[in-house]
Amino acid sequence: MSRLATTFEELAKTGRKALIPFITAGDPNPEFTVPMLHAMVEAGVDVIELGIPFSDPMADGPVIQRASERALAHKMSLKRTLAIAMEFRKTNQHTPLVLMGYLNPIEAMGYEDFANAAQRAEIDGVLTVDLPPEEGQECRELLKARDIDSIFLLAPNSSDERIIKMDEIGSGYIYYVSLKGVTGAGHLNTDDVETKLKQIRAHTGLPIGIGFGVKDAETAKIVSGLGDGVVVGSALISKIEANLDDLDRAKYEICDLLTSMRQAMDERSV
Amino acid sequence: MTEKYNMPDERGHFGPYGGMFVAETLMPAIQELNAAYQQYLHDPEFIAELDADLQYYVGRPSPLYYAERWSRELGGAQIYLKREDLNHTGSHKINNTVGQALLAKRMGKTRIIAETGAGQHGVATATVAARLGLECVVYMGAVDVARQSLNVYRMKLLGATVVAVESGSKTLKDALNEALRDWVTNVDNTFYIIGTVAGPHPYPAMVRDFQSIIGREAKQQCLAATGRLPDALLACVGGGSNAMGLFYPFLNDSSVKLIGVEAAGDGVETGRHSAPLCAGRPGVLHGNRTYLMADDDGEIIETHSISAGLDYPGVGPEHAWLKDTGRAQYVNITDNEALDGFYALTRMEGIIPALESSHAMAYTMKLAPMMGKDEIIIVNLSGRGDKDMQTMAKREGIEL
Repeated sequence: MSRLATTFEELAKTGRKALIPFITAGDPNPEFTVPMLHAMVEAGVDVIELGIPFSDPMADGPVIQRASERALAHKMSLKRTLAIAMEFRKTNQHTPLVLMGYLNPIEAMGYEDFANAAQRAEIDGVLTVDLPPEEGQECRELLKARDIDSIFLLAPNSSDERIIKMDEIGSGYIYYVSLKGVTGAGHLNTDDVETKLKQIRAHTGLPIGIGFGVKDAETAKIVSGLGDGVVVGSALISKIEANLDDLDRAKYEICDLLTSMRQAMDERSV
Repeated sequence: MTEKYNMPDERGHFGPYGGMFVAETLMPAIQELNAAYQQYLHDPEFIAELDADLQYYVGRPSPLYYAERWSRELGGAQIYLKREDLNHTGSHKINNTVGQALLAKRMGKTRIIAETGAGQHGVATATVAARLGLECVVYMGAVDVARQSLNVYRMKLLGATVVAVESGSKTLKDALNEALRDWVTNVDNTFYIIGTVAGPHPYPAMVRDFQSIIGREAKQQCLAATGRLPDALLACVGGGSNAMGLFYPFLNDSSVKLIGVEAAGDGVETGRHSAPLCAGRPGVLHGNRTYLMADDDGEIIETHSISAGLDYPGVGPEHAWLKDTGRAQYVNITDNEALDGFYALTRMEGIIPALESSHAMAYTMKLAPMMGKDEIIIVNLSGRGDKDMQTMAKREGIEL
């Protein structure tokens, strides 16, 4: 069983929900990331999404685009993202790590080389934002052969047909984008999310992580009541951006936010 | 090519290129658009309305003008110019925006968005939006806003909101990113009018189909004027919509050479250019697989061209396919050569071309002398140079 499946199963046993932070590899510099990953685990996260920097992150908002730009200014790349993952794994064997990014860096490396490198780095899942099921069969099969989950997005306007498709080919979990828009946008409407989640659950038994619009302990708590996991990205990266001259402080504030989310989410489940 | 050309497939593939590489959040919008497009593509009422708009609003057919003096001067092939510069709003871009706007209206969308580089597509979009009473937002890189300020003013006059995009390289690719973000956020009421033959399926095929009026007319006009098909077609290629529009009706005419002219900027060897077909590699950006300007890690490289309309790191996927199959040939022209083309047409024929089109003019000056006097070239004069007056004056040290 994959590390992701095990994690969600164990959480389900205790009625807890997964806290899933997203940060961009190499933001604001390559040395920052590995210690940050370990610190987030200590703050109580269950799964980590590690962003592969890309020059043109079309589906992300300005906060995550600037994170990519800061990382790329330090010559970050997919290769160096994988090196960061490998470094993290040296001292952490239990926290699932999901790579999240855009297709072109993977195309440039080559699907097979990428799958092999991801396996060596003990990556647990890959979410390629602009690789829909229709175009992604080759990459998906190469990953699957190496026990790496392919994680897919669903959106508020996804049809039953799309949900069924993601259930068939996805594994690990489904990332539900809780609002129409880009990362870091607006406020989510919990009634809408609840209705959509019912529709999705009717077609899939995969765990559902909910992201986009999770900003603080309160939203994390509400969202954790709706799905199986809470994804938080822009709110964390904003802490990096606000403290570029004091990265210890950035790290502290990120962990503080995650700890408060963890507590709020667990209060709910007790 | 003996078999009839029949691209793309139903999911938008031109061989390995094209496709629908978009985030799941956009997939429903793309599918809705594709369904509407397939429905109206063969709808007689839609086609009649489009034809009427092209005739009475755009001013079609555009003339095929015999550049007699320039042909004589260059001493080789007879040069004919397809006068897309004479269209309403000054370029070929309006052929496509008229078509997509009619589609938007039929789909019940109330808001139009677009990206623009030189501003020609932005102006053409703002124009049709004004006519149909639709809200219009145009995304334009901040660098382009500065170098194409006349077009920015035109768009504002037409009632559009122009958003200067400050992210990334602040040019066309970043405007496209921003427009995609808007679309994903406002997908219910918004129609995204892409200006070139790129983006996810069905855009490359749809924009080609709307632009192919250029080639259909050119073919008829050439036959009427000379009694035969041309020997070569020339057009500049950024995203490649004016070239695709001219080439498409000739794809099965194997005697007709198709030549696309990319922007070499400071020279392809300097790395400061916008010539992905000549010097790029296949990759995925903005919804399709095509030739791109990217580094070894797959990050998109900043491009350079004197013409904002060609300053884009990708190119339409059908051009990628035509390159690989050898049906079309792609060459490149530097900024300085394009300026030679600009001045030549201006002084020789009294026609001021857009800097984009000037690239095709510059290659005409290389090609025509190598061809026989009995041979015919059709060059797509895709836009007029009015928008470039400030750029040109500045280069000459003149304050307007």
